[in-house]
Amino acid sequence: MALEGHKKIETNATLLLTLSFLVVTVGGIVEIAPLFYLENTIEDVDGMRPYAPLELAGREIYIREGCYVCHSQMIRPMRDEVERYGHYSLAAESQYDHPFQWGSKRTGPDLARVGGRYSDSWHMDHFTDPQSVVPESVMPAYAYLADTVLQPAYIVDLMETHRMVGVPYTDEMLENAASDFIQQATDFGDPGVVERYPGAPQRDFDGRPEVTEMDALIAYMQMLGTLVDFSTFMPDEAFASR
Amino acid sequence: MLDYVKLLILGLVAVCAAIAANYARDVAYLVHALLIMGAAAITFVIVLRQTDEAKQAVLANEYMDGPVKAAAIATAFWGVVGFLAGTFIAFQLAYPALNFHWADGYLNFGRLRPLHTSAVIFAFGGNALIAASFYIVQRTSAVRLWGGNTAWFVFWGYQLFIVMAATGYLLGSTQGQEYAEPEWLTDLWLTIVWVAFLAVYMGTLIKRKEPHIYVANWFLLSFIVTVAMLHVVNNLQIPVSFFGSRSVTVMSGVQNAMTQWWYGHNAVGFFLTAGFLGMMYYFIPKQAERPVYSYKLSIIHFWALIFLYIWAGPHHLHYTALPDWASTLGMVFSIVLWMPSWGGMINGLMTLSGAWDKLRTDPVLRMMVTSVAFYGMSTFEGPMMSIRAVNSLSHYTDWTIGHVHSGALGWNGMITFGMLYYLFPKLWNKERLYSLRAVSWHYWLATIGIVLYAASMWVTGIMEGLMWREVDAQGFLVNSFADTVAAKFPMYVVRGLGGVLYLAGALIMAWNLYMTVRKAAVRRDAAFATPAE
Repeated sequence: MALEGHKKIETNATLLLTLSFLVVTVGGIVEIAPLFYLENTIEDVDGMRPYAPLELAGREIYIREGCYVCHSQMIRPMRDEVERYGHYSLAAESQYDHPFQWGSKRTGPDLARVGGRYSDSWHMDHFTDPQSVVPESVMPAYAYLADTVLQPAYIVDLMETHRMVGVPYTDEMLENAASDFIQQATDFGDPGVVERYPGAPQRDFDGRPEVTEMDALIAYMQMLGTLVDFSTFMPDEAFASR
Repeated sequence: MLDYVKLLILGLVAVCAAIAANYARDVAYLVHALLIMGAAAITFVIVLRQTDEAKQAVLANEYMDGPVKAAAIATAFWGVVGFLAGTFIAFQLAYPALNFHWADGYLNFGRLRPLHTSAVIFAFGGNALIAASFYIVQRTSAVRLWGGNTAWFVFWGYQLFIVMAATGYLLGSTQGQEYAEPEWLTDLWLTIVWVAFLAVYMGTLIKRKEPHIYVANWFLLSFIVTVAMLHVVNNLQIPVSFFGSRSVTVMSGVQNAMTQWWYGHNAVGFFLTAGFLGMMYYFIPKQAERPVYSYKLSIIHFWALIFLYIWAGPHHLHYTALPDWASTLGMVFSIVLWMPSWGGMINGLMTLSGAWDKLRTDPVLRMMVTSVAFYGMSTFEGPMMSIRAVNSLSHYTDWTIGHVHSGALGWNGMITFGMLYYLFPKLWNKERLYSLRAVSWHYWLATIGIVLYAASMWVTGIMEGLMWREVDAQGFLVNSFADTVAAKFPMYVVRGLGGVLYLAGALIMAWNLYMTVRKAAVRRDAAFATPAE
């Protein structure tokens, strides 16, 4: 019986440790490693850019509050999802997401393309008291975000760390980070923000003079899924261009 | 001499932590620095009091059961905490007003949910695994734990990890990856504790007196080593600042998703399955007083299970931006995985051959057998849900939540309760448990609780999946998203009630275990201490 040979393994702890470790490494190596070098893993699409400082700060709040436990950011290519949420999500659209926020549960709707769907004041009302605009909603209220003033003190550090892991922030972006952070949440703010971050929504999102956590979160909401222009996107070309 | 080195290190850690607390950029980091400072200071005092004192002779021929006892108590404690958190957030989903205004930014669903998952998986499950590992490896190797007080370091270090993780969640420190939420500082600490855990375990195995390593130890060893690998790879991150809790994940998008679910699914595969199978292979034969059904089956079960499980992760990413080849691989291996899983279930159940009558009289054994039955159910349901066509309906819905809970409450919960009922009288030298009737009550409350939970989640999951995709004759979507939320309300209440029953059972257990230690009769034949021969 072939199992006789097993005696060697089960009488030697080091051998058992080594073999079982080798056995569990295989699957991960085969499934993860190719994703880093197979060129058709991520498409080439126009429009993708790093998050503007205020959007990045908003994304930090999104992560901090655990929004990802109830909202996905990954539209699957099925009829009802495309109908409900918009074009299916591309790999490229989360290439600057450290960490990814695809989510695994839709207690609330998908947010991959929520940008531009609702007005700022709708978001303001919704975050303050979700049931006031969607009576069936079970979402907690986040009114306190509008009362929390946000300082750009550490935003450059955060962006520099993102640059270390491969997000293409330029020196110009880092130099202007603190001012861009303020200017994006200002009506008639410095147009440099939109030059550096094309398509960035720029206005006073929550109607308060200071930059609050609410400003940051709404700025993030309003840009989600808006970067790629799907009227010109061709799936096959995105791969062929490589 | 060694004591002086320890004192030096502990003193340095405490001072550095105090300095770090001073420069803290956020509250979570401040609290963590203070926790580390406090832990180092307390340990410093303990070591100091022993320094230059006559050492108590360590009885090398006795089992070291202190850490096992501590971990068993911690299991019951964190279990109740985790179930309470789970029940509360279940009701938050039914009644959003339970996201209290006064606790904004601390007790919202989004912050409590990681607290619940970590409390049950890592605090309740983790302590159960520490207790089981340290108990089983000593009994089946017939030696005392290796490494002296390292085992105590593992226990207390792990509790510090739990407290750091939990306070972090409430204070908004998370890296935003499910089941891997703790930030870099907490992750680093867990890595140190885990290496010590592996060292104690391996050290004990190496100095064992039995020629063969018992099958339970294969599973426990592979659980410890694989979790180390998963933890390190999935938490590759760069801290934004040494004085802040926040870090940035090295990977992004697709690669991050694949790695996360490779980790996430194997947190299930190795933490909640391989480790707990180690418990099954020791405690069921003990409680039934029968040998394991098949030795050959356990060999096949072990190697097939650990090889296949690691591939299953991408079934969490069907139809996403992950390339199809990866999710197909994940699906195929998930389905193949059904076989070794049921092989293990058969091995566990058939161990009762010739002892089935005990189910009538022994509620503890009944609990263990029920857990294996739930293991069989969820390891059938899982492969089924990993099939792409099924997953297209079930993904993103409550069905997944129901599936997870039939595994967690049914398999992990019940086997752990069985283990605790076995361990407490043994560890505290008692004739028997304080009350077997209470065990029966616990059994039925837990079982009915699980049934309510799983059934209501099947209904809401399949219902919302169907409602989302429903289109009318003109091709328009029939239901708005809000309609599906409203439709789920009654089932959310039923789910919450299931949680209440399960929690009530756990409270009865905690009382029963406490009374066993305090009141139950002492075992007559018990030696003063258990010799390790």
